[in-house]
Amino acid sequence: MTHRSAKDPAPVLALRGVSKSFGAVRALRDVSLELFPGEVHALAGENGAGKSTLIKTLAGVHRPDAGQVLLDGEPALFHGPADARDAGIAVIYQEPTLFPDLSIAENIFMGRQPRRALGRIDHRATRNATAALMHRLGVELDPDRPARGLSIADQQIVEIAKALSFDARVLIMDEPTAALTGSEVARLFGVVRALREQGAAVLFISHRLEEIFRICERVTTLRDGALIASEPLAGMTEEDLVRRMVGRDLDELYPKQDVEAGEVALSVRRLTREGVFTDVSFEVRCGEIVGMAGLVGAGRTEVARAVFGIDRWDAGEVEVAGQALVNGAPSTAMAAGLALVPEDRRAQGLVMGMSIERNIGLTGLRATRRAGLMDRGAERSRSLDWAVRLQVKYARIADAVSTLSGGNQQKVVLAKWLATGPAVLIVDEPTRGIDVGTKAEVHRLLSALAADGVAVLMISSDLPEILGMADRVLVMHEGRLTAEISRSDATEETVMAAATGRAAA
Amino acid sequence: MTVTTTEPAPVAPIPASSSTRLVDRVFKVRELAILLVLLVMLVLTQLGNSAFLSEQGIKDLLLNATILVLVATGQSLVVITRNVDLSVGSTLGISAFAAGTYLQGGGQPVVAVVLAVLLGVGFGLLNGLLVSLGQVPALVVTLGTLYIIRGIDSIWVGSRQITAADLPDGFVDFGSGGISAVPWLALIALALLVATAYYLKHFGSGRELYALGSNPEAARLAGIPVRRRILLAYTFCGALAGLAGALYLARFGNVDSGTGTGYELTVVSAVVVGGVVFTGGSGTVYGAALGALLLTSVNSVLPALGVSSVWVLAINGFLLILAIAVDRIVALRVASALKKRNARHG
Ligand SMILES: Nc1ncnc2c1ncn2[C@@H]1O[C@H](COP(=O)(O)OP(=O)(O)OP(=O)(O)O)[C@@H](O)[C@H]1O
Ligand SMILES: [Mg+2]
Repeated sequence: MTHRSAKDPAPVLALRGVSKSFGAVRALRDVSLELFPGEVHALAGENGAGKSTLIKTLAGVHRPDAGQVLLDGEPALFHGPADARDAGIAVIYQEPTLFPDLSIAENIFMGRQPRRALGRIDHRATRNATAALMHRLGVELDPDRPARGLSIADQQIVEIAKALSFDARVLIMDEPTAALTGSEVARLFGVVRALREQGAAVLFISHRLEEIFRICERVTTLRDGALIASEPLAGMTEEDLVRRMVGRDLDELYPKQDVEAGEVALSVRRLTREGVFTDVSFEVRCGEIVGMAGLVGAGRTEVARAVFGIDRWDAGEVEVAGQALVNGAPSTAMAAGLALVPEDRRAQGLVMGMSIERNIGLTGLRATRRAGLMDRGAERSRSLDWAVRLQVKYARIADAVSTLSGGNQQKVVLAKWLATGPAVLIVDEPTRGIDVGTKAEVHRLLSALAADGVAVLMISSDLPEILGMADRVLVMHEGRLTAEISRSDATEETVMAAATGRAAA
Repeated sequence: MTVTTTEPAPVAPIPASSSTRLVDRVFKVRELAILLVLLVMLVLTQLGNSAFLSEQGIKDLLLNATILVLVATGQSLVVITRNVDLSVGSTLGISAFAAGTYLQGGGQPVVAVVLAVLLGVGFGLLNGLLVSLGQVPALVVTLGTLYIIRGIDSIWVGSRQITAADLPDGFVDFGSGGISAVPWLALIALALLVATAYYLKHFGSGRELYALGSNPEAARLAGIPVRRRILLAYTFCGALAGLAGALYLARFGNVDSGTGTGYELTVVSAVVVGGVVFTGGSGTVYGAALGALLLTSVNSVLPALGVSSVWVLAINGFLLILAIAVDRIVALRVASALKKRNARHG
C-alpha cells in the first residue's frame, strides 16, 4: 500500500471552485477536489448532497457553471463523456446504463470494440475479453446473453466490468456496491486495490461507511452541495464522518424495539418455483421483523415476488392472516394487507416523469378517492406527510421524480408503500442507496411499524442491518432456505456460513 | 472485518459455443418464422394454381418485392434507432419524377439514378437534422416532411406525367430484364441488403445504432455521437428511398405527382412484420426484407387463388398484429428463460 507524502505527484484529475445549478437547485457550490494516482478517495454526503453531480462534472456529462476541471494540472474542456473517456477516466454511474437489447459483451465494449482488418469488429475477441473480465470479478455471466432481465446486482457487475475494461487512469464509482453482498464487494475491492497498486486514482461513493474505511485513504465530504472537508481517513471514526455529513450527531442506527410477537400474519409453506427456489417455508408474526439474508442470486427477491403474486409459484401455499392468497394475483395480496417494496425501484417502483406527489399517491388511490373521483387535496397532504417523514429532499413536491437524487428516489418508493398502511410489509433492500441519517430513520419507522403489530419481512444484503434489526434471520442459499437463526445466535459468522452453504444450522 | 481476495487466475479463452448464443438464437427464430410463413403460403398457392411459380411468376414476385425491400432496408436503420421516417413515400415519388424528367430531356441513365439518390440524401439529411436537433418526436417531424415533400412534388409536377415512351429503351429494358427469373433490380436490392446487414453487424457505428435505440441516455453516457448516428440513419434511409424512386421509374415507367402516396405505411408494416421492433434496439434488415417479401407475396397470392384483392389490406393488417403478438410472446418467453438462468447462476 502506498501513502501519499508532500512531494508526491500532482493530482491526475481535480476540480477547482466548481459550481453547478439545476434551475433553483444549487447542486454544487464552489467545490474543489483532487485525485492523486495510487489513491482511493471517498466521496461522502447525504442523499442529494451533490455527489453524483460532482461525478458527472468530472465525467464530462455536466458542464460546470463556474470553475474548472483540471486534467494533469491543465484545464480540461470535456465536450461530452467521450472526451473524458478518451482522457482515461472510467465512470460507473449510480443508475445502470445498459443497453437491454444488446449482449453483455457488446454492452461492455460499446464504442471501443476490438477491431479486425478494415475496422470490422472482432466479435470473438470481444467475447473473450468479456469472459476474462467476468473471471476477474469472479462471476459467471454468459457474455452472449442480452442485458435485459439481469438482476440489479448483475447489472452492477456489468457496469463494473465496463469500467475495468479499459486501462483507466482514473476510476470513478458512484455507489457500485449498493446492490452487492459481501463476497462480491470483496472481489471488487480486490480489483480496486490492484488498480491502485498500478497507480490509478479511484473515487468511491458508498453509503456503507464501513466500506469507506476499508478501502479508502482520504475522504471528501459534501453537504448541500458545499465542500465540508477533504482529509485523510486515518484516525477518523465513523462518528466523525457522520458528523461531517449530517452536521450533527446521529442517534442510534439500529433503534430496534423489543416487541412481543403475536399471531402468525404471513405463512409461507413449501413454496417452489421451478429452477428458481425450492421448498421455502417460513412464518412471520405480527410485531416481528424477520430478516432474510443470502448472497446475490440466492432467490430472496424471487421468493418475495412470488409471495406477493408478481410471479407465479409452481407448488406450495401462502397465507396472510390465515387466508390463502391466490397464485399470481398481486391485487388480492394487496387487498389482504400485503405490501412489497421492490428491489428494482426505477423499473418497478416509480413513474419517472410523474411528480413526487403523484408517485407517493399512486398506491393510495383507493384511500383518497371520494365518490369515485380522486381527491387531490387528500393525496397531496398524505404525500407531503410521508415525504417529510422520510426526509425526501426536493425543491417542490410537484417536481418530476426523475430530478431527484438516487437516494431520494428510493425514499419516494418507500413512502409510496408505507403510505398504504399494510398488515404485512415485505421490504426488499429498504435502505439501498440511502444515507446514514435516513437509514436510521427508516429503521426507526420499521421498528415502530412492528411495534404497532405489522409483520415485517426484510430482505437485505447489508449484514449489519440484518443483525441490528431482525428478530429472526432466515438465510437462503441457492434457492433454498438453509437456516433460521434467532436474534441471540445471529452473528456475521453464522449468517455468512449459512449464506455460502458452508453449514446448515 | 478482514477480507481476503484471491488474485485472478489467467483465463483460457472460452470457446465460441454457438449453442449458448441466446441473442443470436432469438433473432434467428424470428426470421425463420417469417420465412416459414412465406414458404407455406407460396407452396399452398402453387398447389392451388400451378402457373403461380412459373419463371415469369417468380420474376414478377421478385420485381414487386424489390422496391419495398429497398425502402424497408433503409427504414429499418431508422426504426432501430427508435425513430421513424414517414416521408419515404414522398421522397420516392419526387426522386422518381426528377429522374424521369432528366431522362426525358435525353439524360444518361446512370446520372439519373445518381440524381435520384442525391435527392433522397438531401431529404434524408433534412429529416435527420430536424429529428436530431429538435426535441420533436420523429413521427411528427417526418409527418411534416411527408406533406412538405409531397406538396413540392405536386406544385412542380402539376398534372404532368412521365410514361415509358419518354424514357430511353435501355433504361426500361433494364427495369424488367434479368438473368432468367432473377431481375436486375432484385440483384441490386439484394446486394444493398447484404451490405447493410454486414455493416450493421460488423461495424462499430452500426452497433451504435442499436445501442442508441436500446437506451438513448446510456448511449449518450457511453460517448456515442447520438446526433451524428441519427443523421446517418436518416440519410441512408433517404438515399435508399431515392434509389427506390429511380428503380420504380425503371420498373413501371409511369410516374406522376401521386407516385408513392401512402407507401410509407406499407414500408413500416413490412419492417414491423419483419421483427424490427418499433421501440428500437432490435431486429435485422434481413427480417425487414422478409417482411417486405411476405407483404408483397400476399398481393400476388390472392389474385392467383382467385380471391378478390379487396382482402389484401385486411390480411396485411392481420399479419401486422400477428407479428406484434408473436414478438410479445417471444419476449415474455425469453425473459422468463433468462430469469431462470439467472437464478441458477447463484
Ligand atoms: N437533472 C437534474 N434536474 C434537476 N435537479 C437535479 C438534477 N440532477 C440532480 N438534481 C438535484 O441536485 C441535487 C444533488 O443531486 P445528486 O444526484 O448529485 O445527489 P447525490 O449526492 O448523488 O445523492 P444520492 O446519495 O441520493 O445519490 C439534488 O437536490 C437533486 O435533486
Ligand atoms: Mg447520487
